Amino acid sequence: MSEKLPSVDVLVVGFGWTGAIVAQELTDAGLNVLALERGRWRDTPTDFAPTFAQDELRYMWRHALFENLAHNTLTIRNNTSQTALPMRVMGSFLPGTGVGGSGVHWNGQTWRFLPSDLEVRSHVTRRYGAKAIPADMTIQDFGVTYDDLEPHYDRFEYLCGTSGTAGNLNGQIQPGGNPFEGARKRAYPTPAMRQAYAPTLFAEAAAKLGYHPFPQPSSNLSQAYTNPLGVQLAPCTYCGFCEKFGCGNYSKASAQTTILPVLMRKPNFTLRTEAEALTINRDSTGKRAVSVTYVDAQGREFEQPADLIFLGTYALNNVRLLLLSGIGTPYDPRTGQGVVGRNYAYQRTSFVNAFFDDKILNPFIGAGAHGMHIDDFNGDNFDHGGLGFLGGGYFGVLQTGARPIETHPVPEGTPTWGGAWKKAVAANYLKTTTISTHGGVMSHRGNYLDLDPTYRDVYGRPLLRMTFDYTDNEQKMARYITDRAADVARAMSPREIKVVYRDGSWDVVPYQTTHNTGGAIMGADPKTSVVNRYLQSWDVSNLFVMGASAFPQNPGYNPTGTVAALAYWSLEAVREQYLKSPGPLVRT
Amino acid sequence: MKPPLRRALVTGLLSLGILVATLSLVAIGLSGIANGQPPSGTSGPYPPVMDPDVAKGYYVAVLGDCVGCHTVPGGLPFAGGRPLVTPFGTIYSANITPDKDAGIGRWTADDFYRALHEGKAPDGHLYPAFPYNYYTRIGRADSDALFAYLRGLPPSPKRSPRSDLPFPFNIRALMMGWNLLFLDKGDYKPDPAKSAAWNRGAYLVEGPGHCAACHTPKNFLGAPRTSRDYHGGDIGNGWYAPDITPNKRTGIGGWSDEELFQYLKTGRNAHANAAADMGEVVAYSTSRMTDDDLRAIIAYLRDRPARADDTPAKPDPAVMKAGEAVYVDSCAACHRMDGAGSMAMFPRLPGSPNLQQPNPSTLIRVLLVGSRSLPTDARPTPTSMPAFNWKLRDEQIAAVATYVRNSWGNAAAPVGVDTVTRMRKALGADRRTLPDGYPTDMRHPNPETISSPHTDSRQNGTGQAGTAADGGGP
Repeated sequence: MSEKLPSVDVLVVGFGWTGAIVAQELTDAGLNVLALERGRWRDTPTDFAPTFAQDELRYMWRHALFENLAHNTLTIRNNTSQTALPMRVMGSFLPGTGVGGSGVHWNGQTWRFLPSDLEVRSHVTRRYGAKAIPADMTIQDFGVTYDDLEPHYDRFEYLCGTSGTAGNLNGQIQPGGNPFEGARKRAYPTPAMRQAYAPTLFAEAAAKLGYHPFPQPSSNLSQAYTNPLGVQLAPCTYCGFCEKFGCGNYSKASAQTTILPVLMRKPNFTLRTEAEALTINRDSTGKRAVSVTYVDAQGREFEQPADLIFLGTYALNNVRLLLLSGIGTPYDPRTGQGVVGRNYAYQRTSFVNAFFDDKILNPFIGAGAHGMHIDDFNGDNFDHGGLGFLGGGYFGVLQTGARPIETHPVPEGTPTWGGAWKKAVAANYLKTTTISTHGGVMSHRGNYLDLDPTYRDVYGRPLLRMTFDYTDNEQKMARYITDRAADVARAMSPREIKVVYRDGSWDVVPYQTTHNTGGAIMGADPKTSVVNRYLQSWDVSNLFVMGASAFPQNPGYNPTGTVAALAYWSLEAVREQYLKSPGPLVRT
Repeated sequence: MKPPLRRALVTGLLSLGILVATLSLVAIGLSGIANGQPPSGTSGPYPPVMDPDVAKGYYVAVLGDCVGCHTVPGGLPFAGGRPLVTPFGTIYSANITPDKDAGIGRWTADDFYRALHEGKAPDGHLYPAFPYNYYTRIGRADSDALFAYLRGLPPSPKRSPRSDLPFPFNIRALMMGWNLLFLDKGDYKPDPAKSAAWNRGAYLVEGPGHCAACHTPKNFLGAPRTSRDYHGGDIGNGWYAPDITPNKRTGIGGWSDEELFQYLKTGRNAHANAAADMGEVVAYSTSRMTDDDLRAIIAYLRDRPARADDTPAKPDPAVMKAGEAVYVDSCAACHRMDGAGSMAMFPRLPGSPNLQQPNPSTLIRVLLVGSRSLPTDARPTPTSMPAFNWKLRDEQIAAVATYVRNSWGNAAAPVGVDTVTRMRKALGADRRTLPDGYPTDMRHPNPETISSPHTDSRQNGTGQAGTAADGGGP
């Protein structure tokens, strides 16, 4: 029996990037906001101080910042003919837990999607005809356009102090930036990071081949910055510990370094940590959410009523909470009917190592979003006519810091252990760089999320089940762009290269990206989407679902910039429309 | 948890009756156009104020930083009970909410004025941990305004613990003798030869601001050694309140007026971040003062005699070399190789008065257990220095302290290893885990953890930085 607590105006479930943004915006609107976070309170000086933030064993290998899989995990299979098994060790993706969420250990890569990414079905149909889209490829338009999101991308970049070089300012192509990007209204708040040697070599080679290299937009800051809330960030030290680590130097944007110093002081905000949401409860009509049941670390159950509820629990957990709460029709891959769990997608990555004899590259100099890329083969920036696939990805040298336990690049043919291996690591460590590709994944009828029939979590709830594999489209796309990456690698004049396509089925073991998307997608039609264009549940109008679960498919970029922009976009509608007249923001 | 003897109860403003003619600043200060205005919503520890008469008293409370000593961290504002550690024993601040039994609800305005002016409460003598030897400069009108403000606060029925002083200091009547020797009773008397701003600054510094309570060294009876006014004082618990005379090396002589203003207004400038007790002074008092009052304070401090400079002993080159190695490994990421730091985040080390104090204890303390600045409206980021107690040996801490005190043109006496060893012991910083609730300047407002307090890292602070996460320390 759960204890019923006093009601609040707004309840935020999950306190990562989106939870902090929701709380900041709606406390500003004068509402009383309570956030529930299943993990612990975490802050820069206490949890990732510079005296120990760069502890590779603790953070990278022992997963100090990630979800505890003994407590909760998910089951995984490639297709419906298999039996899904629980993920017992983290590999392919690394969801976080605790205050700041996965935003604490992100790399700081802060991208905008291409205008065509947001309207991909319409765009492809226009350019290549409806037949270019395979029958089982369930891609659809986001329901918002780049122009809708532009001010909100801008808002997030100025919150973070993102460092970059504009490629398209109000339609004018700018030297040194990404010429393919959508038009931005103003420049990045801080200049691009300084580039180490290997990214510079990549950029020179790419330019020689006629491509358009530009610096990775980075929320590891090139210089000190004070954001519009008055919160300060310090210049990045290029220590090389971003990805999978919290930043000890206040240099990487996270909820902690951009919002919490202001939000935590507000009297109309409360954060309750170690409070894990179990279900969203509705009234007898089923159309209104009334409360969330959660359990604390002592196993006590509470019911927290609220007028307005926001989910920001990470894409996978959002979908699971909806399924566990019976909100929306679960997706059925046999019939293609239903929406919750539909269009799960991921990222398709590959890489090319380049080994040099004559160049000391100092790969340990790094930052999560420090590098040079080209976008010539992303989205629909190139003609797909006759290629047999849709979509693409960016690639480049992203020098995140060659952390010693993790990084031991060796040429092909090197033994995998023993004296010869050690010798090869020593010979190549300083002289190797990697071009990595970061490709999109189109949604597919067979890729989806549902509840596992067998396995349960520590509270006895069914685990989420992921059914996912790459389709022919992604395999062809990856082959194509990896070959282009290899062209650039060769143009860098190394001694030799090693091309790793990562062909075959998706494998949960090697780390790829923590970019799980879809399952509670946005759209214009309640028959094919869970939330409307404002991220408001079609079924329960006082429930909003934030995060990458809203992506109908996953473009070839890192998701955080768009996740945040969608949150700001949604909150603008909440503030300007919903609060004045609660109810559905889109009529069906 | 145990702030040292420094500032305390109640304060006041100028007596308008006497000085309104010469000091039109007062009127500006109370008009509340831009700053100095009482909060209409909850702002930090100050409850909202609507009544304009009471608002005047709010500003007197701000000038005196009453809330700092009279509030337990996280407790009801002005309800007292905060322990003040003095060389004579622990004194607990009084509950000054209007509760009739636990607070000052039965006091009259006369009683209150007498407490400020003479250190005498209706039930006996007060200890000068309550800085009545400074508050005596506060005029009657401001005393009354402050009293009215306190009367309007939410009452707290919680009684403060009895002060824990050994014989003979537990005999309050002894304070009559102390007062005879050290209390120079009476309102502030303006110096007609000086400007209005100077006089206003002198009043604020010498009266309600009670700056000397920390920044002037004490004699064996706990009274200020007035011959060394503002030369800096040991305020206990490892903190040394620095020289604030115009001395260029150890005092404020190297800071521009604008830098001083930024420090008092926002708690940060290129040189320093206000942490611990001074962090509270800024957060609760100076950041809420009017700009004119801050400029008056600066004008007065600038005009005081500078502490005579000394020639510090030269450091051992071998120690400097060892210190440089530690600096490059452990400090340069934030403070940069050239010590330039980052504006209002990581203090600039060249020319830093904090580093060059004759008494190095603040530096050693901050190296051992870290520190965290208090947020202000202008600078909400609670910047922090991590603890090195678990990471660096005494010789390394002594070497790096000596190095930063003697690099980039800095000059100060070398720090001995034995000094670090002693301080480490006194702070309980020789283990990975520091005592609970310590140090106090790590507090971050408000997250609620209903269940397991020991996993809430607010409890840890940077003092336990090495052990904050699951799985033990590095």
